[in-house]
Amino acid sequence: MSETSTINNIALTAKDFTSDQEVRWCPGCGDYSILKQVQTILPDLGIPREKFAFISGIGCSSRFPYYMETYGLHSIHGRATAVASGLKMTRPDLSVWIISGDGDALSIGANHTLQLIRRNLDVQMLVFNNQIYGLTKGQYSPTSEEGKITKSTPIGSIDHPFNPCALVLGADATFVARSLDRDPKHLQGVLKRAAAHRGTSFVEIYQNCNIFNDGAFFIFTEKETKFQKGIYVEHGKPMIFDNGKKGIKLDGTKPVVVDMANASANDLWIHDEKDVIKANILTRMFDDPKDTDLPRPFGVFYTTERPCYEDVLKQQIEDTIAQKGKGDITKLINSGDTWIIA
Amino acid sequence: MAKPIVLKDEVTIRFAGDSGDGMQLTGTEFTNASALLGNDLSTFPDYPAEIRAPQGTVAGVSGFQIHFGSTEVDTPGDICNVLVAMNAAALKANLRYLEVGGLIIANTDGFDEKNLRLAKIEKNPLEDGSLDKYNVIKIDITKITRAALQDSGLSTKEADRSKNMFVLGLLMWLYNRPMDSAIRNLEAKFSKKPDILQANLRLLRAGYDYGETTELFTTRYDVKQAPTMEKGKYRNIMGNQALAYGFIAASELSGLPLYLGSYPITPASDILHELSKYKAFNVHTFQAEDEIAAICAAIGASFGGALAITTSSGPGIALKGEAIGLATMLELPIVIVNIQRGGPSTGLPTKTEQADLLQAMYGRNGECPTVVICTRQPNDCFDVAIEASRLAIEHMVPVMLLSDGYIANGAEPWMIPDMSQYSAIKPNIITEANGENGKLLPYKRDEKLVRPWVLPGTKGLEHRIGGLEKQHETGNVSYDPENHEFMVKTRQAKVDKIADYIPLQKIEQGPESGDLVVVGWGSTFGCIRTSVRELNNQGHNIAQIHLRYLNPFPKNLGDILKNYKKVLVPEINNGQLVKILRDKFLVDAIPFNKIQGLPFNTVEMKAKILEVLGK
Repeated sequence: MSETSTINNIALTAKDFTSDQEVRWCPGCGDYSILKQVQTILPDLGIPREKFAFISGIGCSSRFPYYMETYGLHSIHGRATAVASGLKMTRPDLSVWIISGDGDALSIGANHTLQLIRRNLDVQMLVFNNQIYGLTKGQYSPTSEEGKITKSTPIGSIDHPFNPCALVLGADATFVARSLDRDPKHLQGVLKRAAAHRGTSFVEIYQNCNIFNDGAFFIFTEKETKFQKGIYVEHGKPMIFDNGKKGIKLDGTKPVVVDMANASANDLWIHDEKDVIKANILTRMFDDPKDTDLPRPFGVFYTTERPCYEDVLKQQIEDTIAQKGKGDITKLINSGDTWIIA
Repeated sequence: MAKPIVLKDEVTIRFAGDSGDGMQLTGTEFTNASALLGNDLSTFPDYPAEIRAPQGTVAGVSGFQIHFGSTEVDTPGDICNVLVAMNAAALKANLRYLEVGGLIIANTDGFDEKNLRLAKIEKNPLEDGSLDKYNVIKIDITKITRAALQDSGLSTKEADRSKNMFVLGLLMWLYNRPMDSAIRNLEAKFSKKPDILQANLRLLRAGYDYGETTELFTTRYDVKQAPTMEKGKYRNIMGNQALAYGFIAASELSGLPLYLGSYPITPASDILHELSKYKAFNVHTFQAEDEIAAICAAIGASFGGALAITTSSGPGIALKGEAIGLATMLELPIVIVNIQRGGPSTGLPTKTEQADLLQAMYGRNGECPTVVICTRQPNDCFDVAIEASRLAIEHMVPVMLLSDGYIANGAEPWMIPDMSQYSAIKPNIITEANGENGKLLPYKRDEKLVRPWVLPGTKGLEHRIGGLEKQHETGNVSYDPENHEFMVKTRQAKVDKIADYIPLQKIEQGPESGDLVVVGWGSTFGCIRTSVRELNNQGHNIAQIHLRYLNPFPKNLGDILKNYKKVLVPEINNGQLVKILRDKFLVDAIPFNKIQGLPFNTVEMKAKILEVLGK
């Protein structure tokens, strides 16, 4: 396959993945950036445009397919994962992308999300996490922090939030990553890795809702705090952050922040995205940034190979046909005890 | 000296025992032997909701009824001529189905103190004279079985499991059935357990010989081939099995791969089990995490170009409602199968009811018309599955197929159809743009008001669909008030127009006009048919109409109904079709309802018909 998608041998660009529909997210919404980064990386995946299908549920993020010049289906709340599963099982030739939000994927559709993850269909699942319900105008979400004041929690939310990456890792996800709307380069890199992975690629994307939850992630996205409060992990590289001033070492299974003035890179935790135990530690670095020295990690946390549901399903069908021959309906209905009335 | 054989026109036998007594197998093998003799027949299993309810209790009784005859047989029979009771609980639970003077074959070991206590019976009915109005044959089947298998090396527990084969052998003798098919099937079933096979075969023969040698029986019976049956090749078929075959056939007729998204639920699960066996037919079955995922996965498969179906029962259909609305909006084909059971809520999972018709017609948010068709009996299911698939695919709509527990588990002879007689199902798949300047209009409609099916992967036809209201032709999201009204009316008109593509309603039997027409749908068919036929044979002149198409109705239905002074609508619910008929045709239809988890019997049906006739 060529490196670049083409139409009539002309290389495609992000513009070719832009539909004629007016984008209707609020001005300043983080979704615009995510849309742009997806449109930017698709031409370089070597997949013909007609082979892409974007499937979404309900919520602000789920309008996404309408803006993509690909095949798309805007389904119902929480069920994009199920719709995408049926599509991928019967059409493994397609590149299927699920677009969802924190409410869609982790509240009404949480069970379907976990079931998708354990089945490991070869799809990409992008969860736009803005820690709020936007489309319904500002109620707390399953990722909102405890005590959050919203329209439905005037004296503070009581719910303990999900840690999405840890949740899916617990369901044996084969690809777990986190990125941010405000870091286009990082997001593009993660998206490319997700597309390349065979299996369900779960990507949590921190996304700013500038209307109902403005600045929820500023501590990780704005340059004053970004490098102190976030760490960008890379496979085989030591865990260094704060512009090289700090590092993380493992004290047993406990991550500890060290001052690089007193430590060498050899002492540090080297990120190994194949190590599920360390990936668990990494995704568990999730305390409120105000209460911890440990930075919030971004990047690909874990990736492994496991058979994809649709491949095994296809194999079972092919093996059965190889053993028994292709089914013959006339033979089937004539099977068992029969008798003739003359 | 051989005992004399008396010919009977029709016989109904009910095998009843504890869940573990193997009554279903006994009944099935008796059925096979009768079918091979060319009898017309109908069967129905009656098993408990629990897998193994406490042994010996009434809750744990499992029954199997067969009605076979040399005349036309339309129902599993109202009243039995023979009741096999393997224990006291089985007798207690089933005596009410036995005719006065009927034969009871009782396993005396099942009437010991413990069994009587478990069945909550104070005095042994085999001893206290309470069964004097029946013909009771008492046999200690357990003792005979243990004696026959004394040297078999089997434990007592293992040996006792062969009791049912003694019963089968005895009944085979009593009704002069050949044993070849039973022997063949036992050999296949126990091919890897030779000692169990030998035990079963030994008891089968012991039962047969017992009939011949004991003086308990003075007469044998026989039921000859039914001359009323159409010429052809037959096999037995159960309702759910026939639906599964029908969908495989529809897959072949349409050239589309079959995809089933399903979640286990009684009494629909057998369709999932059955279809899971047929991977060689490129059948994709998916046991989803819940009912919603099951239908949503089917919708995804339909988007990708598969013949997509989902199978469930009432509670599951309730969960699927939102997704049926989505498929209606997407205008993608999907068949939703509802094997109805007693409701509401969990209701009576193993009992039958027809109470989901209004749910099928109206059970969604918004103006959401759905095509509804139903099956009337097990040997109708194959064709109905093909027809549901045809309507879904050729009209790009969700189709609800209604069956029920009575049809799903019932079995009867099925004349095996010739596949070359079915016309192809033609999906409206396009691979070129249908608008001007090479533009795709995904919601541009043809003369049937049907939009094209545009499959992902088709170059140049990339487009988006979804659950938000669609703009006419372009399919883009639209909140335009006039467009919404137009689209609602159009989706309704599309469903209504299907009336042009289905057969006209025919009158099953009776006059084209007159005093009374009995209008039914679904599994009441056999009972209404027998009842009307018998009354007409006595000189009445009653008509019967039985509906397959419930939405839309056949175009001539309203006119037909006007030709009768009275319209009687029997249903196993609290009156649902009757509401729709009154609504659509302003007829003063009379409801006749039974809501006991049981089918109608012909006695009550005939009584009601006569009451309505004023006789």
